[in-house]
Amino acid sequence: MRTRRTGKGGTRAGIVVAAAMCSMGVLLVGSYVSAEQVNRLTIEDLTIETRVAAPEGHPLGSELISGWEFRTPETQVLQQDDFQNPAFLWVEQAEEAWETEEGAAGKSCASCHGDASESMAGVRAQMPKWNAAAGRPMTMEQHINACRTDRMEAEAWKWESDAMLGMTAYLGLQSRGLPVAVQTDGPMADWIARGKELYYSRVGQLDMACANCHEGYYGQYIRADRLSQGHTNGFPTYRLKWQKLGSLHRRFSGCMKQVRAVPYKRGSEEFVALEAYLASRGGGLSVETPAVRQ
Amino acid sequence: MYKPMHKLHLKLCATAVAIGAAALAGFAVLDAARADTAPAYQIVDGAIADSLTGVPGDPEKGKQVMLNRRLGNCVACHEISAFADQPFHGEIGPPLDGAGDRWTPEELRAIVANPKAVFEGTIMPAFYRTDGFSRVADKFENKTILSAQDVEDVIAYLKTFKE
Ligand code: HEC
Ligand code: HEC
Ligand code: HEC
Repeated sequence: MRTRRTGKGGTRAGIVVAAAMCSMGVLLVGSYVSAEQVNRLTIEDLTIETRVAAPEGHPLGSELISGWEFRTPETQVLQQDDFQNPAFLWVEQAEEAWETEEGAAGKSCASCHGDASESMAGVRAQMPKWNAAAGRPMTMEQHINACRTDRMEAEAWKWESDAMLGMTAYLGLQSRGLPVAVQTDGPMADWIARGKELYYSRVGQLDMACANCHEGYYGQYIRADRLSQGHTNGFPTYRLKWQKLGSLHRRFSGCMKQVRAVPYKRGSEEFVALEAYLASRGGGLSVETPAVRQ
Repeated sequence: MYKPMHKLHLKLCATAVAIGAAALAGFAVLDAARADTAPAYQIVDGAIADSLTGVPGDPEKGKQVMLNRRLGNCVACHEISAFADQPFHGEIGPPLDGAGDRWTPEELRAIVANPKAVFEGTIMPAFYRTDGFSRVADKFENKTILSAQDVEDVIAYLKTFKE
């Protein structure tokens, strides 16, 4: 399990290493365009692939690039060290919640799933995941709530609640460094096609599609924001602007509102389809959960 | 580079309503002119020949419209030397310096009102159009981003952008 060490022992070394990486980062990762650039996001001794070759014919061209590379060194460094990553406040709470019995069935997550570092390894990388019983793909949030209501007889968590954000971050962390690999065939194919259609549809008074910004102009500034390719591998992410963790669907919603469109609801079929499409589009990038963004 | 995959919802020839009448009827209410009446103009060869209001544009007001984040917000995407004191110029579109030399006022009117009719598939929003959109937030439903007079003011200001 890769949670940050607690206690003061490890702190100083971590910060020194991070500071050294940061100053190199200014030179090497300041701009995603530099030809010699290497993928340098390492957290403790884990290497995160922030750049991978795209499959033939990918709409983003030859490379998939994580949102991390487009951020300033000041933001990047926060993700390079779990001690500095504010998302870990939520993760630590979720680690406790994992072991806590709740609901009429008197169970905790651990009662059935045991050690999360084993049972949940690789799960985030496959989300959203087809659920045969439900007959639809389910996001991490939806899996968690299904267990809470059906198996624990506890109340569902609200999508954007601290408890849900923490648990999705904690479970996502168990896949950190693994390549995003969502199922694309079988019953998922239709969902992905639907998500793709949404991705290229213009919406709102400003009449823009996701692709207009994240495919047409990544690397460029729109006002003070440097556009990334809009990948999902870091979610939930701690966003400096939000001053908290936020879900992927919150990000979708924000992007839609900014073009003066009515966003879909969190957990809606549309957002699940979009999530599935984006996961397939960003397949191969490392899971970075919980990432830090501006 | 992103190739737009969607057909343009263009209505190049909007219903021809007497522009003068619209000007008289509509623009007494000025600011509220981001109104529920669909804009009526024709784009021919990438240009709108007639003024949208019949009232000459005011370059100083046009400057304010371009700067205002809720209105033009042109700096979000364009670098503009005249606004050098403003932070964070975007780099999505070309710098606008010299636009008054590159384009006639009639062309600028079309570019601002409905750039999709000039640059196919462009990301630049149509500042004076209400049709062909989807899922527009309630607050903006059936409203144009700029009023007709705002567009005229912006053009009056853009005309001063010389090389
Ligand atoms: C009573 C036993 C039980 C409890 C308690 C329980 N789960 Fe589950 N959980 C399951 C079973 C069984 C599945 C597999 C369901 C399936 O395959 O359809 C599952 C599936 C999941 C999945 C999807 C895993 C995958 O690989 O697709 C996640 C995520 C999950 N549970 C999280 C949680 C969390 C978080 C909690 C505590 C809030 C929790 N579960 C509590 C039994 C439980
Ligand atoms: C007007 C331009 C614009 C449009 C249109 C837009 N976004 Fe974004 N989006 C941004 C900006 C700015 C950010 C923050 C910087 C970045 O990562 O690009 C962002 C961030 C994101 C991120 C987070 C990336 C990361 O690594 O943290 C995702 C995911 C995303 N957008 C998805 C979407 C989706 C899906 C749509 C369509 C529903 C969309 N965006 C439409 C501007 C846009
Ligand atoms: C979302 C980004 C965006 C915004 C906001 C925007 N533009 Fe543009 N604009 C563009 C792009 C991109 C182009 C280049 C056309 C294309 O798509 O190929 C362009 C082209 C232009 C051109 C022609 C360029 C030249 O000089 O040759 C003018 C003039 C122009 N815009 C004016 C404006 C004005 C005035 C505003 C504000 C009222 C504005 N734009 C707002 C993106 C934008």
